[in-house]
Amino acid sequence: MHFINTLRVALRALSRNTMRSLLTALGMIIGVAAVITMVSIGNGAKVQVEAQVASLGQNLITVMPGSYSSGGMRGGFGSSASLTPEDAEAIANEVPNIDGLSPEVRDRSQILANGLNWNTNVNGVGPDYPYVRNWSIAAGAMFTDQDVKSLGKVAVIGKTVADQVFPNEDPIGQTLRIRNLPFRIIGLLSPKGFSVFGSDEDDVVLIPYTSHMRRVSRRTSISMIRIQAATAEKIDAVKLGIEDLLTQRRRGREPDFTVRTQEELAAAATQANKTMTGLLAGIAGVSLIVGGIGIMNIMLVSVTERTREIGIRLAIGAHGKDVLTQFLIEAILLSSLGGLVGIAVGIAGSQFISSYNGWPVVVPTLWIGISVAGSAFVGIISGFYPAYKAAQLDPIDALRYE
Amino acid sequence: MQPVVQIKDIHKIYESGEVPVHAVRGVTLDIAPGEFIALMGASGSGKSTLMNMLGCLDRPTKGTYLLDGIDIDKLDRNELADLRNQKLGFVFQGFNLLARTTALENVELPMLYGRHRRASSDQIRERAMHCLEIVGLANRFDHFPNQLSGGQQQRVAIARGLVNSPQVLLADEPTGNLDSKTSVEVMGVFQKLNEQGITIVMVTHEFDIARYCRRNLILRDGIVVRDEPVKERSMAEKEMDKVRLAEAAAKLTSGAHAA
Ligand SMILES: Nc1ncnc2c1ncn2[C@@H]1O[C@H](COP(=O)(O)OP(=O)(O)OP(=O)(O)O)[C@@H](O)[C@H]1O
Ligand SMILES: [Mg+2]
Repeated sequence: MHFINTLRVALRALSRNTMRSLLTALGMIIGVAAVITMVSIGNGAKVQVEAQVASLGQNLITVMPGSYSSGGMRGGFGSSASLTPEDAEAIANEVPNIDGLSPEVRDRSQILANGLNWNTNVNGVGPDYPYVRNWSIAAGAMFTDQDVKSLGKVAVIGKTVADQVFPNEDPIGQTLRIRNLPFRIIGLLSPKGFSVFGSDEDDVVLIPYTSHMRRVSRRTSISMIRIQAATAEKIDAVKLGIEDLLTQRRRGREPDFTVRTQEELAAAATQANKTMTGLLAGIAGVSLIVGGIGIMNIMLVSVTERTREIGIRLAIGAHGKDVLTQFLIEAILLSSLGGLVGIAVGIAGSQFISSYNGWPVVVPTLWIGISVAGSAFVGIISGFYPAYKAAQLDPIDALRYE
Repeated sequence: MQPVVQIKDIHKIYESGEVPVHAVRGVTLDIAPGEFIALMGASGSGKSTLMNMLGCLDRPTKGTYLLDGIDIDKLDRNELADLRNQKLGFVFQGFNLLARTTALENVELPMLYGRHRRASSDQIRERAMHCLEIVGLANRFDHFPNQLSGGQQQRVAIARGLVNSPQVLLADEPTGNLDSKTSVEVMGVFQKLNEQGITIVMVTHEFDIARYCRRNLILRDGIVVRDEPVKERSMAEKEMDKVRLAEAAAKLTSGAHAA
């Protein structure tokens, strides 16, 4: 039979059984829509995590006190709080290929300014901190090495803090009290948003780490050191250099520090995400297969139901091949129409979810292709057996069929 | 003239059940072009079995069958399908129209296969419409089978059998489900076609109907026991007039009646 005629016959058969066709296609629609939506959500989450990891800085290496093994934190008695500003200085002076370095002392405390109270993160850092974190200064300037040396009472504040305590004023040049010590605000950080862990990065006051340790928190150790390697290729070398140097400085004591690269951080952050995406895609895949089985089921039923029709066609001159193509085309039409509608529904669903609860949603073009190809494939696979069965019928048996 | 159908000592043995059934036990028959044959016989005498073999739907267990000089034993499944498509027209027992498919589309069906498969849809449509006109149903072309009366469905089936201009039209009990008036209508269509030169073989149980044909064959237990020409042939047109007169007299219908 002429292909156009076969196509017309198949279309006719489908349109004359609208309800059955719709229900069959529905399985496919749900399957494909599920795949697209799930993968879009998964991709969106991945993109978000990647953006957050990138927001930590570039080519970043962190050194933390305590030694972490895969089983959790391990630390001998009295070995905690072991990272010192001297360690940071030693790294800065002795390890090559470092672009920037900043110690960090973290604390939370009440601040007072402009007659307003605010509880915030007060972090002691070095002058390289904004550079290492890839964080620009919106107004004013960062404090300098001179401020660090002289335990300067200067501060750079984040957007949230500025909004809270200086709602209507320019904070630069104003005074801020931390534990009753006055600090002069010299700079305002640009807004950064939320961290990988969900905290507000802009809710922060930065002061020289020396001032922090001697004047504010009176700590003797630092919370972490952030280091930026010169290039991506040098990250591993720098990491090794730091580990060697710190081990050497500990003179045979148990290593009580952990050096991590940004890549490792990102890997940890994306791992959970990957698992979730995989799971979602798996569920979606199962529904796609169920859709395919639905089509196979309907096609099988319809071969039995239409045995007489097949008999008539064969008796008046159809070849087995004509019947095979007709049923295959019906199956492929059903599944690819279902697939196309499924894609539309999937994209709409993703957009809806993203607008509804603000998740970023990235519709993957690759997966659209995969779904289209997949649904046509499912159509061929699930249509072939029933179509083959129909084509093999003996005309006389098919005509006798009741 | 060379016979269109030449069968020599054909047998059909069904092996499907526990005991083999010998349904046709040696039939020899020549059918010349333009013949109009009624095949009669008791139920189970092998009429449908013989028709299926004549129609190349089933192969004889033994014996030879030449259709238009072609030995069908030498043909494969697809060649047989093409032969059915080109040389034969079928009117099946119980209409066998496709449901949810209009009268016109049903008639077009044989043209979608065989040598017409490359024809354009306009050509196919035109030819199918012409065949519906022959059976007087052109005005019902877009009706579905369930919107047609039994006689109308039978006529659609005849139109489908005609659409590929077959040499032989085979009809298994074409009037089996019809009342006597509709039966006469159908026989009228057959007689007209036969006059135009189409060879017709039909199965019937009714002697009245058999008398519209030119030659009667009677089958018993798979053997032809009688083969004779029809002496006083009934003509459908005359019979229809009689029926109309009788109806008018009985006032069964009012005024002009529709087909
Ligand atoms: N597929 C089959 N398998 C086995 N036996 C069959 C088959 N078809 C027909 N028969 C047997 O062959 C014999 C002839 O059957 P056939 O259908 O040709 O009779 P028929 O003359 O057409 O009868 P009817 O007037 O009732 O239609 C019967 O005894 C029937 O039981
Ligand atoms: Mg019969």
